[in-house]
Amino acid sequence: MANKLLGTRDAYGEVLQDIGKDPMVAVLDADLAGSTRSQMFEKLHSERFFNMGISEQDMMGTAAGLASEGFTVFASTFAIFATGRPWEQIRQSIAYNRFNVKIVASHGGISVGPDGASHQTTEDIGLMRIIPNMRILVPADYYQAKQMIYHAYKNSGPYYIRTSREKFPVIYPPSYSFTLGKGEILREGTDIAIISMGYMVHNSLKASDMLEKEHDIQPMVINMPTIKPIDTDLIRSLSSRVKAVLVVEEHSVIGGLFSAVAEAVTQACPMPVLRMGIEDRFGESGSSEELFGLFRLTPPDIADKVLEVLKDWQIR
Amino acid sequence: MSLSKREELLLYKKAFELRKDIINMLTNAGSGHPGGSLSVIDIIVVLYYKIMKISPDIFNTEERDRFILSKGHACPALYAVLADLGFFEKNCFDSLRKLGACLQGHPDMRRTHGIEVSTGSLGQGLSMAHGKALAMRLKKLEKQRVYCIMGDGEMQEGQVWEALMGISHHKLDNITAFVDNNNLQIDGTVDQIKSIYPIDEKLRAYGWYVQTIDGHSYSEIYEAVLKTAEKKGMPSFIIAKTTKGKGVSFMENNLAFHGTAPSSEEGGKALSEIDSVLVEIEKELSDNNGQ
Repeated sequence: MANKLLGTRDAYGEVLQDIGKDPMVAVLDADLAGSTRSQMFEKLHSERFFNMGISEQDMMGTAAGLASEGFTVFASTFAIFATGRPWEQIRQSIAYNRFNVKIVASHGGISVGPDGASHQTTEDIGLMRIIPNMRILVPADYYQAKQMIYHAYKNSGPYYIRTSREKFPVIYPPSYSFTLGKGEILREGTDIAIISMGYMVHNSLKASDMLEKEHDIQPMVINMPTIKPIDTDLIRSLSSRVKAVLVVEEHSVIGGLFSAVAEAVTQACPMPVLRMGIEDRFGESGSSEELFGLFRLTPPDIADKVLEVLKDWQIR
Repeated sequence: MSLSKREELLLYKKAFELRKDIINMLTNAGSGHPGGSLSVIDIIVVLYYKIMKISPDIFNTEERDRFILSKGHACPALYAVLADLGFFEKNCFDSLRKLGACLQGHPDMRRTHGIEVSTGSLGQGLSMAHGKALAMRLKKLEKQRVYCIMGDGEMQEGQVWEALMGISHHKLDNITAFVDNNNLQIDGTVDQIKSIYPIDEKLRAYGWYVQTIDGHSYSEIYEAVLKTAEKKGMPSFIIAKTTKGKGVSFMENNLAFHGTAPSSEEGGKALSEIDSVLVEIEKELSDNNGQ
């Protein structure tokens, strides 16, 4: 089970096939239906699938129009084209009207790899987070992704859900149940809490294994699957449980998970919050493994950073 | 299939009475867009009083026709019509553009009864019409249509052309789109700033059924819209040639009144001009009465 790899975008396609039994579910894509897995919906429910062509702005507006008529609409393309190109359509046509549109975008982050900076997305969470009425989910495994799609289907209003091209190790059981706005402590620990989302949850778990084995340090490891609304209660409670927080994300250090955590901490429970992410620069071509190395997001990098933080802040 | 002289006069009267509401609203608000509201009002009046099935009672049902004012800045024209039809009280007019207002500076479906979807950011309405038309086809609503009015400057937005291409690709014959072609935008004339012409040829090339009409002729608007309902297998577009500021001499074709409200003096002058037109209309109506 621990080594099993499954795709979060595959989870999306499979759940779409199931909820597609509801005649009021419609799915849109912008010529990336194979990649995002929305094509799996088309196979079973073609009459309610619309390939909008390479027209992301019209896709988001059309999604709003369908939602205004009572449909629950899923709209998909790569994360960069789902959030960057049609940002204002999402703001005005979808979020302002509080329409029932679920933007499920694949290929989030830098792990799209060889395609390079034009197709990588290190800004999507920030772009969506600043829009009122928007909820943001990032799954860390297949089963969590599935439950998030069901959650978004059952709950009204706009959602942004970031899936990935890479397959992720499975960490949740099939019976996993998702709760909006709740961070999940995967490993209890002391001294420091590592908070991450998506693929970085796995690298953080591996880093914690290394720290335990090599340094007898047990960091708390938290998966933060809801970026908005962020779990303020959990973050506040950390101030009495650990002495520092390290946020690790496959996103720009500006506007994403680090920002959300830091905003919660600075308002309620001042404590050191450190970050690992993309440091205000564009990505480039490379395998995802090479890129994680370039951006210092591998398990050894995270372990080193933890040691550095513990030393700098004289925590141990 | 055509309007009687009397019907035409009654629409004329209605549109000029509502022009007074527009002037009052904007004068009171102290900001807003008189020019485009006055150029589009005649089209909205024909749609709401002669064509569409729409009323406060059926607004929340599938029975209604759908109307999207994509050029949302002309909302005083729509607000005047909606209040007249009883969607909300006329005393809402005083709130236009003010804090806590039920009438926002641009249409807001969450605050104003009768607004189909919020608009204001140009270029977005036609895509929402696209989604509505697809939805209505899925729901097998065959009698209802989507009407969407855009501005001519708005047609410079790339999204509009994505939507034009997508709607004809989907063969959505339940859409009637308009352009309120007054040829003026904030910074100058449309042909000077960034020409959209020849708009008719472009739209035909995109697969639309296109008609060009006088957007202040009630009978031309009426007849053109009736034809769009008959056109099967393709979407319909009406290019309405209009005059910005129509009905108030000193606002007509005057760029200064695109996005600036009249002062109270100008408002008063506009109202008395409209009043004298209304006197003429009354005269014609009573002359027409005996016929």
